[in-house]
Amino acid sequence: MTGTPEVADPTADDIDLRQPSLPPVARLATLTLALVVVGGIYMAANYGRSVSLVPPLALAVAGALVLVVNVVLLARIPEFAWNKFFLVFRWALLAYLVFAGILEFVFVFDHTPGRQLALFSGMLAVFAIDVPLILAFSVARYQPLPV
Amino acid sequence: MADTAVTVGTASPGVGSGPPPPLEFSIVPVRGIPIAAALLVGLVIAISSNNLWALTFFHVGGGGLWTSIDLFLGLIIGPILGRLSIPARVEFTVRFMPKMLLIMPTLVAMTLGAGFQLAHNVGNLDANYPHHGWLVASYIIVGVMAVIALGLLEPANLAVLFELKKPRPNGERIGRLMKIFVYTAGITGLMQIATIVIMTFLASR
Repeated sequence: MTGTPEVADPTADDIDLRQPSLPPVARLATLTLALVVVGGIYMAANYGRSVSLVPPLALAVAGALVLVVNVVLLARIPEFAWNKFFLVFRWALLAYLVFAGILEFVFVFDHTPGRQLALFSGMLAVFAIDVPLILAFSVARYQPLPV
Repeated sequence: MADTAVTVGTASPGVGSGPPPPLEFSIVPVRGIPIAAALLVGLVIAISSNNLWALTFFHVGGGGLWTSIDLFLGLIIGPILGRLSIPARVEFTVRFMPKMLLIMPTLVAMTLGAGFQLAHNVGNLDANYPHHGWLVASYIIVGVMAVIALGLLEPANLAVLFELKKPRPNGERIGRLMKIFVYTAGITGLMQIATIVIMTFLASR
């Protein structure tokens, strides 16, 4: 599984010394998650009521913006175990798309009104990308760099 | 920082030299995937058929298991794990953590998906529902648990498994990540008690 010829096998020190120079991807992704979850709670708490969608929309947009910033920060890391990152990311994305898809199905099935449904869908899309990002980064940050 | 590689290989003593071979285990237990897939298909059928028993089964069954596993892990297994030797912890981790990676997201999807539909069908989602505040409190608790579980617990779980796949796993890093896993499991376990209080209250009204 490990020790493939194209991957260096540095000491634990080498990997740990890299940690402070990495951008706060996991923390920002957790912030995105928190913003989307708070928006989701607001919408679920007011389900069926005709309330303003501005607060959850603002939370969803803020979450999406933090996600975009996070992706940019991640892409600018000069040396990273991208092979392991994408290995975890694509499988986690598949899993979380399934979970988000089930929730989307529930909302569509229950005839959720159009604007609320669009907002729920946007939040689920951010959620389905954000969680794999946390998982993939958390694994790849401790992996040896490809040589 | 010291290189605290853990000896976890299975090569017999005296056979060759160099680091022990990496542990052979599957990060995602492939044999469990069809079971998880079958449960999720069952969930979709329960939702689309709006069958009250099936929705209750998935919500109560999933929620009960989710709660129990969180409590058992955080309050019973966690402290025991903390007192084991590092090789024993590694042995336990490679057998236990991959299963958690499949079980917990499946249980969460079952509980929340069926729970939302059940609440929709019995009218609990309505703002006029007399105990709506209790329901909102449960949303907040689940929301906090979701952020802790997806932002800290699950990443630590996965990082430990990948660390153990290395030819020379770093014991100190594994210990640090396992601490995050066990503490966050304990916190979510305690929050699950609040969920039990709310859900049993609502079910008895």
